[in-house]
Amino acid sequence: MNPVYTEVLSTRHNHLVDPGLHIWGWEIPVYLFLGGVVAGVMVLLALLELRRNRRPVSAAAQWMPFVAIVLLSLGMGALFLDLDFKAHVYRFYAAFEPTSPMSWGAWILIAVYPVLVLLGLGALDDSTRQWLGKLRPLKPVSRPLGWAFRLADSTRRGMVWASLALGVGLGAYTGLLLGTMVARLGWNSGVMGPLFLTSGISTGAALMMLFHLEHEEEHLMLRWDTVAIAVELLLLAALLVSFSTGGATGEIAAHNLMGGRFTPWFWSLVVVGGLIVPLTMNLLEARGRARASVVAPILVLVGGLALRAVLVASGQATAFHMLGG
Amino acid sequence: MTKRYAMVVDTRKCVGCKACALACAAENNVPQGFMRSWVVEETRGVFPELRQQFLSERCNQCSEAACVEVCPTGASHFAEGGVVLVDHNKCTGCKACIASCPYDARYVHPAGYVDKCTFCLHRVQAGKEPACVEVCPTRSLHFGDRNDPESEVSVLLRTRKSKVLHPEAGTEPNVFFLE
Amino acid sequence: MRVNRRTFIKIGGVAAGAAAVGIPLAAQHAGGGRVLALDPGTDGDEVVPTFCEMCFWKCGVLAHVRQGRVTKIVGNPEHPLSRGRLCPRGTGGPGLLYDPDRLKKPLIRRDKRGTQVFEEVSWDEALDHVAERLGSIKNKYGPEALAVFTHGFGGSWFNKLAAAYGTRNTGAPGYAQCRGSRDVAWELTYGCPVGSPEATDIENARVLTLIGSHLGENMHNTQVQELARAIDKGAELVVVDPRFSVAAGKARYWLPIKPGTDIALLLAWMHVIVGEKLYDRDYVDKYAVGFDKLAEHLVDKTPEWAAVETGIQAGTIVETARFIAGARPASLVHPGRRAAWYGNDTQRGRAIAILDALLGAWGRKGGFYLPAAMSVPAYPGIPEPTYKPKDPVDMPLGTVFPFADEGLAHGLRDASLPGAKVAYLLKAWFVYGTNLPMALPEPKKTIEALKALDFVVSVDVLPTEITGWADVVLPEATYLERFDDLHVAPFKPSYTALRQPVVEPMYDSKPGWWIARELAKRLGLGDYFPFEHVEDYLEKRLSLMGSSLDDIRVKGVLTAPKQPIYIEEGVVPDIATPSKKIELFSQQLADAGLDPLPTYTRPDAGPPGSFRLLTGRTPTQTFSRTTNNRFLARVYDTNDVWVNAGRARELGLANGDLVVLVNQDGARTAPLPLRATERIRPDCVFMVHGYGHTSKGLKFARGRGACDTDVCTKTRIDPVMGGTAVNVNFVRIERVSA
Repeated sequence: MNPVYTEVLSTRHNHLVDPGLHIWGWEIPVYLFLGGVVAGVMVLLALLELRRNRRPVSAAAQWMPFVAIVLLSLGMGALFLDLDFKAHVYRFYAAFEPTSPMSWGAWILIAVYPVLVLLGLGALDDSTRQWLGKLRPLKPVSRPLGWAFRLADSTRRGMVWASLALGVGLGAYTGLLLGTMVARLGWNSGVMGPLFLTSGISTGAALMMLFHLEHEEEHLMLRWDTVAIAVELLLLAALLVSFSTGGATGEIAAHNLMGGRFTPWFWSLVVVGGLIVPLTMNLLEARGRARASVVAPILVLVGGLALRAVLVASGQATAFHMLGG
Repeated sequence: MTKRYAMVVDTRKCVGCKACALACAAENNVPQGFMRSWVVEETRGVFPELRQQFLSERCNQCSEAACVEVCPTGASHFAEGGVVLVDHNKCTGCKACIASCPYDARYVHPAGYVDKCTFCLHRVQAGKEPACVEVCPTRSLHFGDRNDPESEVSVLLRTRKSKVLHPEAGTEPNVFFLE
Repeated sequence: MRVNRRTFIKIGGVAAGAAAVGIPLAAQHAGGGRVLALDPGTDGDEVVPTFCEMCFWKCGVLAHVRQGRVTKIVGNPEHPLSRGRLCPRGTGGPGLLYDPDRLKKPLIRRDKRGTQVFEEVSWDEALDHVAERLGSIKNKYGPEALAVFTHGFGGSWFNKLAAAYGTRNTGAPGYAQCRGSRDVAWELTYGCPVGSPEATDIENARVLTLIGSHLGENMHNTQVQELARAIDKGAELVVVDPRFSVAAGKARYWLPIKPGTDIALLLAWMHVIVGEKLYDRDYVDKYAVGFDKLAEHLVDKTPEWAAVETGIQAGTIVETARFIAGARPASLVHPGRRAAWYGNDTQRGRAIAILDALLGAWGRKGGFYLPAAMSVPAYPGIPEPTYKPKDPVDMPLGTVFPFADEGLAHGLRDASLPGAKVAYLLKAWFVYGTNLPMALPEPKKTIEALKALDFVVSVDVLPTEITGWADVVLPEATYLERFDDLHVAPFKPSYTALRQPVVEPMYDSKPGWWIARELAKRLGLGDYFPFEHVEDYLEKRLSLMGSSLDDIRVKGVLTAPKQPIYIEEGVVPDIATPSKKIELFSQQLADAGLDPLPTYTRPDAGPPGSFRLLTGRTPTQTFSRTTNNRFLARVYDTNDVWVNAGRARELGLANGDLVVLVNQDGARTAPLPLRATERIRPDCVFMVHGYGHTSKGLKFARGRGACDTDVCTKTRIDPVMGGTAVNVNFVRIERVSA
């Protein structure tokens, strides 16, 4: 028998916010995932180059910036589809609002394109460049192409650092966007920014490991992927702890992941399938106990998408009005 | 002295008739399926020890509005009296503001932009009261300038016990409920 | 930097760009730096005052019209009832005006009654047909065979037509199904009815006592405005209600009384007030008779006795009696509105009237004021009908409700049934604006009557259930599209209000006055409607009081100067009882063989495990009239059945479950949601009246919620005025398997 029984009725039935937030569907997790992968790739390519002081060796690593451009464009396409006033999309670039992580993100996304183009062009080795120059469709633009290669080479150091900086920004801003929303109890945490960045790195590494890499590249990717996954697990644990110890608001936030609707997905696809299993496989591979395969990277990628899908959905299912205050 | 518009809701008199919610919908052509203003009925206790309160709610026109902070294009902005308005021409419909509102006060207009209560600023600027305030049969709704110590809202806030909704959200709302 | 052509172009381009951005910005701020907010454009080019018909209170409204469309309706600040403010229904007027399901053209039935198969016809054809049929009814059975039912202000034209035609068989559900008992109780005690608007001085009361009245959910605008003002001035409430109503939520004392036992409580209160000498001695001595008999009657009506009957502790009864008496004379015990509950409702009304007299509240400030009405002359030159109709048949042979002073609508219905024990059977119905299949209890009888009649005409705005049974359906224009007669009301102050068209009638709808006049002409009764345009009628009446149509059009209302309305202000009450005094003991009732003082009878218990069914209002709807209104539905679009949360748990029912109510006679409702709530006693359930439409034409309301009338198969008839009490039905709850 509940001693303090509260009945609450409201005459508001706005389907976008009642009974929970329903504004962002598949488009947002897809963008977050693709954006995260691209961010990870940018950070890892930069780290590779800074660490070894040489340009990428494998073809995969050389062409990866262009793959990233395609993935990012797909992601931005998903973002565009989500907009309810698509004709006003240019407004993102008619203003810069420093308090808005989304505004930061819009400008970072624009800046990423030229950096990726130059990063990619600069990564291509001489034989590839010559091969490109001989391609029939590219003959008309051979002079600008040559100019572009020269620019890419002369700005190489800057582009590598820009790739690192923009990659961190791209990877973290979406987490910051969600994490700074006080209204959504399931997102409101300082862990979200680092979590999304780390997840971006692990999925970026996983993407690269789907391809045939040069031996040292492979070795470094495996190590960084493993570290990223481990850190990601720790950050997720930190997130759950902060919710569980966060009073009434935290209880609502934690509920979805630890006893509610999204719990099975969260634990199976994200934690176990997307993190623990690939982490184990990576560690075994590092010790030479297992062969490299695409299984672990695929699990990481699926887990990365699932993480974003679960978090976006579960955060929308939290609100202050659920506190019944 | 700049104005700081606020609303005071007297729950002692309010009978929860919803005239406010409907007058707002009529005045502002609020599209079907959405409400800018709504009434929440709260009953606490177990029969026969019961207490009841009606809360006429709307956008709280927060002084530290999360929606203005999060808007990437500047569409959500502070206007006269601190009222938060959405510039329809700048809104892309990204809906970050809807997600950021602790009071779930916003909706997407069928035309594509995000919309919400405007404190009927168009009426206030013409010397009239917001539609909900004007219609209320119990005269429970009060509107005015908090920065004017002699305004009705200031006097009410000084002389009666009041609360805001979810102060823990930290957005400094400007709709007050008198107990 | 060298300024050459290229730099100049660059600078020029930047400057031009800045100007392109800056100039519009500057223009926006030109008005002293103020940026004007976007206007939604609902203010009208024209603002027309009229009065509302979304319920029957008749608040003055201002309708905003923009390019021929009503954009919004707001309160008329000049009108004494609305004072510029409206209930939610008033705001929803456009939802009725633009309801796509409105009746659009006159209809003549082409299939069996009830199948709702009609043919659209012209007005001439429809009116000719009605006149022809009514004429033949008159010839065959006499004009008394026609019953005329009306509800709503526009019914006045059809009551005139009925009188001219020669029938006294007229009635409205508002009497025997609603407020009749309390008005008769007041007439017996004070010599005048309670009135509508009730002459209650709520805003000046220090204590307001509500017996079952759910003011606040019963959204009579002015009363709720006064309630709020009273609360502002520190007034307190005593609410006696089995349900925790909105008023109960603001009450100092909420007494969750056992349903049907109010008279016991009232008698016990009076026992305390008389016994402890808390009553207004001077007032009673001066204005009342029968006190000694009352005092004797109250001797054994102790709080302890009442506690057993009502479930309210004796101590609380004493405390509240003292509380109520302590505030006199500004202590108002409200007589309620719909009072047809248990079959002894006139006696309960009498108990309230007597209590108000003991408090000295009647005629005093904070109690009941004594209004005078403005005098608006009748239209001259309308003859009195020479034919004297036979007595009406709303009471069966051998039955007399001696104090009924209006037609009993259900009695007229019963007199239409084959084999009815009445002086003569009714053969035709003319129904204006009242949805009889949902308004009258014992709905099966209403359908049986409708099937048996020779002729049925329905004048309405929406295709409600009654229209489906009619032979001819005449589409009336809504209140926003027509003139009606002048509304003259006794109030504080008294006023005369104008209803005028705000927009032209939509579709092929016509105003009631025109329909009545056209029928009258065809029936040879044109003399009773001797005006071509209703504006002439109104102009004539207004001119006779020194005003004009143009005059009243400006504000929509003419207000009388402030007059004294209290005994304190020098008003000498005119008590129209036989003794010319307030009759605490009613010799009239005694002479008629009825209880001269209210007595208490324990109400019947229902079948074990069942709940007594209570019904009432919600502020956003006016029973079945408004439930098709899509605008109002934005905040309330279905009724539900309130069940005590603990009982619901015991029955394995959860909040939101779809259930059906089954009553003691096996009658069932349509499915409706269950509301498990702490706000009601375990022995009764509550639902809002007006949902559960079945008419095919009501595309929005059809199938929403459930109709309580379906399970009001039992009534208890008030012996004093013939009212039909419906709170005597008991239901059990069945869950609908999803």
